[in-house]
Amino acid sequence: MASVNLLIAVCLIYVAFLFAVAFAAERAASRGRGNWLRSPLVYTLSLSIYCTAWTFYGAVGYAARSGMEFVTIYLGPSLVMIGWWWMLRKLVRIGRTQRVTSVADLISSRYGKSNVLAIIVTVMAVVGVTPYIALQLQSVTLSLSIFADPTGVTDGGMNLLSAGFWVALGLALFTVLFGTRNLNANERHDGVVIAIAVEAVVKLVALLAVGIFVVWGVAGGLGEMMVRIDSSEIGQWEVDSSRWTALTVLSGAAFLCLPRMFQVLVVENDDERHLHIASWAFPIYLMLMSLFVVPIAVIGLDLLPANANPDLFVLTVPLSQGQDGLAILSFLGGFSSATSMVIVATLALSTMVSNHVVMPIWLSFQGQGAAVSGDVRNVVLFSRRMSILVIIALGYLYYRVSGGSGALAAIGLISFTGVAQFLPAMMGGIFWRGATRVGALSGLLVGFAIWIYASLLPSFGADVVMSQALLDQGPFDIDFLRPQSLFGIEGVDPTVHAVFWSLFLNTSAFVLGSLISFPNPLERLQGAQFVNIFAHSGHARGWSGSVAESEDLMVMAQRILGGSEAQKLFRREAQKQGQDGHLPEPTPDFLQRLEREMSASVGAATAHAMISQLVGGTSVSVQDLMAVAHESAQMLEYSSQLEAKSSELSTTALQLRDVNAKLTQLSVQKDAFLSQISHELRTPMTSIRSFSEILRDSDGLEAVDKTKYASIIHVEAIRLTRLLDDLLDLSVLENGQVSLNPATGALLSVIDHAVTTTQAGAIRAITIDKSGIDGALVLTTDLDRLSQVFINLISNAQKYCKSENPTLVIETVVKHDEVVVLFTDNGISIPADKRALIFEKFSRINDQDGSGAGLGLAICREIVARLGGKIEHLPILKGNQFAVHLPL
Amino acid sequence: MSIDLNQPVFLERRSYRQRRMMDAVRLLPVIGLLLWLLPTLWSVSDDGGVEPVKMSQAIIYVFGVWVCLILSGGLLWRYLVAGGEMPAPLDADATSEPE
Repeated sequence: MASVNLLIAVCLIYVAFLFAVAFAAERAASRGRGNWLRSPLVYTLSLSIYCTAWTFYGAVGYAARSGMEFVTIYLGPSLVMIGWWWMLRKLVRIGRTQRVTSVADLISSRYGKSNVLAIIVTVMAVVGVTPYIALQLQSVTLSLSIFADPTGVTDGGMNLLSAGFWVALGLALFTVLFGTRNLNANERHDGVVIAIAVEAVVKLVALLAVGIFVVWGVAGGLGEMMVRIDSSEIGQWEVDSSRWTALTVLSGAAFLCLPRMFQVLVVENDDERHLHIASWAFPIYLMLMSLFVVPIAVIGLDLLPANANPDLFVLTVPLSQGQDGLAILSFLGGFSSATSMVIVATLALSTMVSNHVVMPIWLSFQGQGAAVSGDVRNVVLFSRRMSILVIIALGYLYYRVSGGSGALAAIGLISFTGVAQFLPAMMGGIFWRGATRVGALSGLLVGFAIWIYASLLPSFGADVVMSQALLDQGPFDIDFLRPQSLFGIEGVDPTVHAVFWSLFLNTSAFVLGSLISFPNPLERLQGAQFVNIFAHSGHARGWSGSVAESEDLMVMAQRILGGSEAQKLFRREAQKQGQDGHLPEPTPDFLQRLEREMSASVGAATAHAMISQLVGGTSVSVQDLMAVAHESAQMLEYSSQLEAKSSELSTTALQLRDVNAKLTQLSVQKDAFLSQISHELRTPMTSIRSFSEILRDSDGLEAVDKTKYASIIHVEAIRLTRLLDDLLDLSVLENGQVSLNPATGALLSVIDHAVTTTQAGAIRAITIDKSGIDGALVLTTDLDRLSQVFINLISNAQKYCKSENPTLVIETVVKHDEVVVLFTDNGISIPADKRALIFEKFSRINDQDGSGAGLGLAICREIVARLGGKIEHLPILKGNQFAVHLPL
Repeated sequence: MSIDLNQPVFLERRSYRQRRMMDAVRLLPVIGLLLWLLPTLWSVSDDGGVEPVKMSQAIIYVFGVWVCLILSGGLLWRYLVAGGEMPAPLDADATSEPE
């Protein structure tokens, strides 16, 4: 009979052996001979930490209590592994490209590197895994106690609680020594992984050995075994369908979500091809682990007293047959299961706690930013060690509070349900781009709350945390809210009940929250990266490091990665950039790689925060980019507005220049007008004055002379009068003071009158062709004024048409609502540069005899304008054409 | 998903066969799930008149499915590795595979 002391000695030797293996593995890895350490076999075996002491001892107890149901715990993970293509492939790729360190890191990273989310997931994971750690303590202490009393009925006089304390302490020390020797979680714990692989072999061999002993040693062969199974008390199929389904799903979910599983599946994964092999190799392991569970349970039920603890059949059956050696092997198997699980679970959790809780708090307490001197690595290591101690202490506390009672399987399922709450946020995060931080947050909180209320708190038993009354009648006697029959659903198994409601409401809250909220830019970016990880295993976002000092980065990197590691990284980077020194340029690429390296040590959110502290204002966040884009869009718009305005301005300037030119011309004309008018007035005045003086002063004038002089004075006076009349006329017309006398008459008669008037006393004859005039045209207008216009035009033609055979053609054209009277002569065309001025006052073109005052056309224009029409000069090939437009 | 004109629409026989094997890989867990959920339909001991399923039969069924799944998974893996269809490690598989 093996004593407890012997067992403790065996355990210590075993632990020392594990240490040696781990140490050798790490040395081999550091010398670069560690390729075999990273084989698919080791990867597959390391996954076996799924099989804990719960599996090792509890599965048999489970089978003894409820038959085949125990196997669901293995079916779920087997399906997940076989279906690697759907989920694990993506998870592993994301974990490798984004350098994810834990479940919390994955979720926080996916939802915009949210630290709040990371903290919540961390807390949930710690709370969820605590019962699991308690479970390991319980199984190790129970298994120890069995050697004190092989019947397994009493505790053999051992103080189980104090034994639990020593086991907890031992495990804590073991984990601290094993797991926190080096820092970078993503450097992967070669030693730990190898130790776990060895332990995986030990527990498999132990369970298979017991199984083979039971089947062939006790029952006497496979056939007899089957007969004994069928005739035993669990010989019939008695599985509750809802539990079968729920537990299969639950175990699959937990396989993905358990922090320790995530650690070995994703973080410790070295090569994606290993996953492909493990996809069928790990189910083999699981199958072998469960192969002999039912036979051991059946034989245990047969051989041992009815009150023996079925959770310990793996030990008690060999012991009862006097197989002490086998029992010790079996004990080692259970011990291996417990230790490997506790090591990896607490390692994973402590990484989460220190990265997402301790480091952010410490950094914010530091205040001065990330560049202060001092080694952060010590802080990280210290916080990890403290986290390990706290987590195991919590497990021990749970063990004390729950009184070390309860079947192992039940406790394990509570834990599973707790961590399964990560599933919606995780799966939604990697498959659905619409998943948002708000959705993840609400889903996690809702699921977690329901889990605590419906599963965790009732698990302590009635009247420990929840009173019996609360369990029976619900809070405040609200039937609806009874912890184990929420919303009035009764008669359901408590586990199925808790799994269903927590996951259902969790998913609903997650989806609803995602649908109604709007993600921030970083979330959307990360979402796209995670969901489309195979399309672009690209980069998250750019740092602009133009101002970031390489030296500061170096100081910070040394504190986190360690001096030589950081120097190596920087030197490698400098070489890659083609530089001689040790400090590379802080290019966006380099900053990004540095952030990833650091995130492997301190988590994505913290690394991001530290780099942004150093790179400071020049870190280009997506928000900044959006702001810049927005600004440039505004500037673009503004500049296009400016452009429009400037073209408008240049048009206006052009118009102004035209106007100015015209004004200048007009000013010249005004001067010309003034000199002209004084000249026009003075010439007749001078003749009048001189001839009137002659008449006054000369006595002996002939009558003929007198008459002659007097008539000169008369003619000049008439000329003056006419000039003044014209000026008066024009000024009246221009000021708009003219009063029109409208009358109706034929256009032809007006023209006839004008022709008659002009031809009477004409010096030069001009042939006037009136054949083109429509005699039927009747106008209602001021006919006298109109005739004045016509007279002017005809006399102009008479005066200025220098053709040998001067001809004036007058014709009418009717267009729409107006009539155009055309006066076409065959003289010399008015030069182009003068055309603009012919209608201005005193403009005279090649006026050799100086008889005109240059007011005629100006008057014409004013009159026609008053009559509602217009007059224009049309250039023709030979001669001139004036068109008078008149309204009909 | 937009159509990439650079990718062939039809594949030669060998590639076609491998694509279908990838389909099988994807389908395998679904088949496993269905087979393993089948026991929920079995009669339990308190069903009147119907003989309940014996434990030995249940064990043979569940483990039989398990062995089949493992074998299929392993064989598919071997076939696909030999054909080079398995996604290569990180760097080589930057683009999504054609369907």
